[in-house]
Amino acid sequence: MGNYKTEILICGGSGCKASQTVLTAKLLREVLEENNLSSEVQVVMTGCFGFCEKGPIVKIMPDNTFYVKVKPEDARELIEEHIIKGKKVNRLLYVDPKTKEIISDSKHMGFYKKQNRIALRNCGVIDPENIDEAIARNAYTALGKVLNEMTPEVAIDVMKKSGMRGRGGGGFPTGMKWDITSKSPAGQKYVVCNADEGDPGAFMDRSILEGDPHSVLEAMAICGYCIGADTGLIYIRAEYPLAIERLKIAIKQAREKGLLGNDILGKGFSFDVELKYGAGAFVCGEETALISSMEGLRGEPTFKPPFPSVEGYLGKPTNVNNVETFASIPEIFNKGAEWFASIGNEKSKGTKVFALAGKINNVGLIEVPMGTTLREVIYEIGGGIKDGKKFKAVQTGGPSGGCLTSKDLDTPIDYDNLIAAGSMMGSGGMIVLDEDDCMVSIAKFYLEFTVEESCGKCSPCRIGNKRLHEILEKICKGNGTLEDLEQLRNLSKVIKDTSLCGLGQTSPNPILSTLDNFYDEYLEHVHDKKCRAGVCKSLMKYVIEPDTCIGCTACVRVCPVDAISGEKKMSHLINQATCIKCGACYDKCKFNAILIK
Amino acid sequence: MELIKVTIDNKVVEVEKGTTILGAAKKVNVDIPTLCHFKLHDMNIENKPGGCRICVVEVDGRKNLAPACATDCTEGMVIKSHSVRVINARKTVMELILSDHPFECLVCAKSGTCDLQSLAQQLGIRKIHFEGKKSSYRLDTSPSIIREMNKCIMCRRCEMMCNKVQTVGALSAINRGFDSVVSTAFEMNLKNSTCTYCGQCVSVCPTGALTEVDDTARIIRALADPSKTVIVQTAPAVRVALGEEFGMEPGTIVTGKMVAALRRIGFDQVFDTDFAADLTIMEEGSELLNRLGKHLAGDKTVKLPMLTSCCPAWVNFFEKQFPDMLDIPSTAKSPQQMFGAIAKTYLADKMGIKREDLVVVSVMPCLAKKYEAQRDEFKTNGNPDVDFSISTRELAHLIKQTIRDFDSLPDEDFDRPMGESTGAGVIFGTTGGVIEAAVRSAYELHTHKKLPRLNFEELRGLEGIREATIDFDGLPIKIGIAHGLGNARKLLEDIRAGRSHFHAIEIMSCPGGCIGGGGQPLHHGHSSIIKARQAAIYKEDAGKAIRKSHENPDIIKLYDEFLGTPLGEKSHHLLHTEYFNRKK
Amino acid sequence: MTKIKNLEELKQLRDQLLSKIDLREKGEFPEGRIQIKVAMSTCGIEAGAKAVLNSFIEELDKRSISAIVTQTDCLGYCKAEPTVEISLPDHEAIVFGFVDSKKVVEIIERYIIKNELVDGVITPAQYEVINNNGLGGRVNG
Repeated sequence: MGNYKTEILICGGSGCKASQTVLTAKLLREVLEENNLSSEVQVVMTGCFGFCEKGPIVKIMPDNTFYVKVKPEDARELIEEHIIKGKKVNRLLYVDPKTKEIISDSKHMGFYKKQNRIALRNCGVIDPENIDEAIARNAYTALGKVLNEMTPEVAIDVMKKSGMRGRGGGGFPTGMKWDITSKSPAGQKYVVCNADEGDPGAFMDRSILEGDPHSVLEAMAICGYCIGADTGLIYIRAEYPLAIERLKIAIKQAREKGLLGNDILGKGFSFDVELKYGAGAFVCGEETALISSMEGLRGEPTFKPPFPSVEGYLGKPTNVNNVETFASIPEIFNKGAEWFASIGNEKSKGTKVFALAGKINNVGLIEVPMGTTLREVIYEIGGGIKDGKKFKAVQTGGPSGGCLTSKDLDTPIDYDNLIAAGSMMGSGGMIVLDEDDCMVSIAKFYLEFTVEESCGKCSPCRIGNKRLHEILEKICKGNGTLEDLEQLRNLSKVIKDTSLCGLGQTSPNPILSTLDNFYDEYLEHVHDKKCRAGVCKSLMKYVIEPDTCIGCTACVRVCPVDAISGEKKMSHLINQATCIKCGACYDKCKFNAILIK
Repeated sequence: MELIKVTIDNKVVEVEKGTTILGAAKKVNVDIPTLCHFKLHDMNIENKPGGCRICVVEVDGRKNLAPACATDCTEGMVIKSHSVRVINARKTVMELILSDHPFECLVCAKSGTCDLQSLAQQLGIRKIHFEGKKSSYRLDTSPSIIREMNKCIMCRRCEMMCNKVQTVGALSAINRGFDSVVSTAFEMNLKNSTCTYCGQCVSVCPTGALTEVDDTARIIRALADPSKTVIVQTAPAVRVALGEEFGMEPGTIVTGKMVAALRRIGFDQVFDTDFAADLTIMEEGSELLNRLGKHLAGDKTVKLPMLTSCCPAWVNFFEKQFPDMLDIPSTAKSPQQMFGAIAKTYLADKMGIKREDLVVVSVMPCLAKKYEAQRDEFKTNGNPDVDFSISTRELAHLIKQTIRDFDSLPDEDFDRPMGESTGAGVIFGTTGGVIEAAVRSAYELHTHKKLPRLNFEELRGLEGIREATIDFDGLPIKIGIAHGLGNARKLLEDIRAGRSHFHAIEIMSCPGGCIGGGGQPLHHGHSSIIKARQAAIYKEDAGKAIRKSHENPDIIKLYDEFLGTPLGEKSHHLLHTEYFNRKK
Repeated sequence: MTKIKNLEELKQLRDQLLSKIDLREKGEFPEGRIQIKVAMSTCGIEAGAKAVLNSFIEELDKRSISAIVTQTDCLGYCKAEPTVEISLPDHEAIVFGFVDSKKVVEIIERYIIKNELVDGVITPAQYEVINNNGLGGRVNG
């Protein structure tokens, strides 16, 4: 060990793997072998680096060079130039979009500068399939510390003092949850890790499990010790094969080392972890539905109380926490509750991972201290809006959340502020919208999701969301009325007020927040039959400006439905009845003779 | 018992801890409407998914509205049951439910007894402000039950009955969101599922989604056919429930009026299934004594306990779910089928007509009887022993179609010979009744002594599983009773595991027995109705001159003239059957 | 795999394993560490830079000194190859010319450990501090 003089870290997260990093790694190793460097240079497949916009990422250590968008065909050059000749491959280095400066140390990139990676601390650093690397990074020492130095009460107190709140979206104080479960009558209890990540575009839990599974296993064991449980269950969606694979490896390795199983670290505490697979129903992220699903029943929520802390899996007290919550916990014990509580702001402590997506330059996974403003996230970390377009809104909290506008940009991000602003933290989805996004369509998109994902158990969610979606469709088609807008608001409120679980209680949020912030856009759709973003096809038409059209027939040839007529060298005409508004003619016309009206 | 104080609509009420808001509201006469909630008090049957959200109320300090049926009271809770917010939410939710329901009330089988319909009235819904897609599912027809799931409102009562109470597992929710509906596995036809046709799903369905197959039109056609002689038999539980359909108090006995009505409808002869029940006792009781005798003599091939076999849903249940135990139930046919077999032979001969020209109709508290009547083993050359079986509800419809005033009909007697019955035959209609009837006869046939008493209170009641030991003059006979298939399953599993110590077990599929059958007037969750019917059954029994099956003079005559002896060759041929493995 | 019996064993194992990911730790946070950059362009290699690099790794290892040893592109003093740039914490980086195995020992013994001046320094005016453009890496420690 320690023989290697250089290490090449390559991203093995799902996203980068899809861009052939397995092949790239293989080629890197082959070229090293050719040059007799295999004993000096090691290629390590790590978890996600987060900067997915620029993936696949390759990082060379110890000279800390961060290569972006590395393809298999770049492997030879990387070895021959960088490793052998000591020359950086400039074309694969990151260029700051504003200063045009080449930056090879990721710490100096805007994307990473303001981040503070606690939950993601090992992602992109260690080989998740090798427990030794996790141990070298302190894995299981927090568990050891808790088992050796703390009673469950003391450990729960540490959690309370840290101010940790559930990262799955609810924001319930984690220490308090542990406390309640620990106080439920002794006997069989369970620790459940909720890995049923379902928000559109969110992938933080997947990245953590793929990049650092041991941090979750360790925290589950700590939780087990605190609440008096000997069994941990990870409810993970079957669509996460890589995360499942890495968890299986991690569990096996932890068992082999005696870090899971009987009498862990000689302290008489036993704990083991099993995987339970979900079929990818969004509602199963709700803890009671999750438990039903784990029990082999239909994934439907039940009313609370009884809370899972009292009556959960198989009727036994069950503590359910989300992946990101667990992943942060070992560091709380390693570095102390005070350290954790010093990060963040008054009511929300620590950091939060966000999946930054949409019309933003730096798409990816970020972890920032609570209290970071939306502006910092969008303009500094996110690098601003794509193609220099105008910022319109940012959607947070996934389908349960809402849209925040430029007036909210300086809001420090935390649980309470986001709710006060009309949205929510959720599991950390953050989708940036620009002037080309129609807010009615955005609301419709989210409703489509909840209609699809409602379990159907309670009538307001089952039928109400469908009706909301139908009204939005009507508005987008140009058939909406002012009464429809009123109905949207009333129905939204009733659905929130009467639905059984968190899904229905929040599903109208995208509508309510867009109604509040973008009522003028709704009015335009209803009143003027106009969609300013040009998204609602029924509300726009392509027309040919007769004076500009020279009759080149390019549009005629490209139209898939023969909707355009006109003699050569004569001005053309689009038959609106036939036109499907695909926009092909618009893109094709070189003379800007086709207009959107 | 910890008591807590809550305030509902400014009324303070003290309730036990664990009482729901709905329960507390009842105490102060505050009416909170419900839809999916369903409870049979004292029978351990409750449907409380908290799904319809009709019963929502406002609770001070709570962010959203609370479902009254599923929210427990807490100390100091302040509840508003009809604030503007509550009324608006309730009506909106009701409109949503109605927006996905066919507007076919005028022609719906449930019209008038539909919970959804009456709730819409109660809430004063006059307009549905939402329009959009409506659920559309194919119609599923089986021999007994029709599923018209366009009318399903996802209350899940049927699912609860089918899975929790009956453990049949034929129905459960499938699909998600707007497309979710209660259905069979893989949306197969009910007749291919594990369904036993017990009809308990039908008896709790608040809408017209689950109804019985309506055979009344076929009966009217048969009655109009001059070449046919149409006779009818009526099961014991029918006479104590039929009156409810005409606004009478639950538990009113309408035997005489029912007979009169059937004659006016046009049946040529009106007979009593109770007669066949007495016959069943002769055969089943003899079989029990036979098995018991061999068992006591040390014959290890004899299976005990012997289980009753009168209940067709129960037969379906063990054929589908316990095919390894087909030799445990009695081979005796059910009274309905014994009646049919005797009617189409003995009676047809007496009347001098061919069996093809005799139409046997049965009126049953049951939907599984429809399927039973269609079984191949109960047909001769394709001609069924029982041609049509209709439920108590269908009989009521038939009467309403033909007779103006049921109440004022005179009391009339059944025709003979197959109308004569004993009190033992009557109590077949309730849980515990078949085995009590069997005990009354088996005791005397076995001991050749007169029974010291006729009422066996230890066998009566509504406990799901009951047991008693009856002293057969020094021989203790251990008896088990189960009603509800979930309870039956427990006893069957005991037998399979070798844990059962009973000699005889009575099983009825429906909670309460036939009085709570799937074809009875809807009880809408009032267990008091089932209790009243049970009391009426025992009252009818007590009023009978003869109360032991083997003393029925027409039964004695039947054996003399036609059958010979119980378990004899003719009996074996006509009155016993065999069971088939129907496990999929 | 043997089981870890207690926290002490876990900590020992961690300390042993630390070297396995040391390159990453050091590379990510070079601040406050001894950094040695050996110029390894064609002319440097020709003059024996590879041996110099190996000597640094070996000799530092013998003395248990933790340092980041990396290779870099030509420093621009081809006449003085092999050249090595050394930056000690809180010191300006300086470049040594004509380094050989003997010189390596002297640099370590005198400059790195005792912080004494050693012959062969190419004065700052004569070179540019190596920036980020061009280095391969090795670490010793």
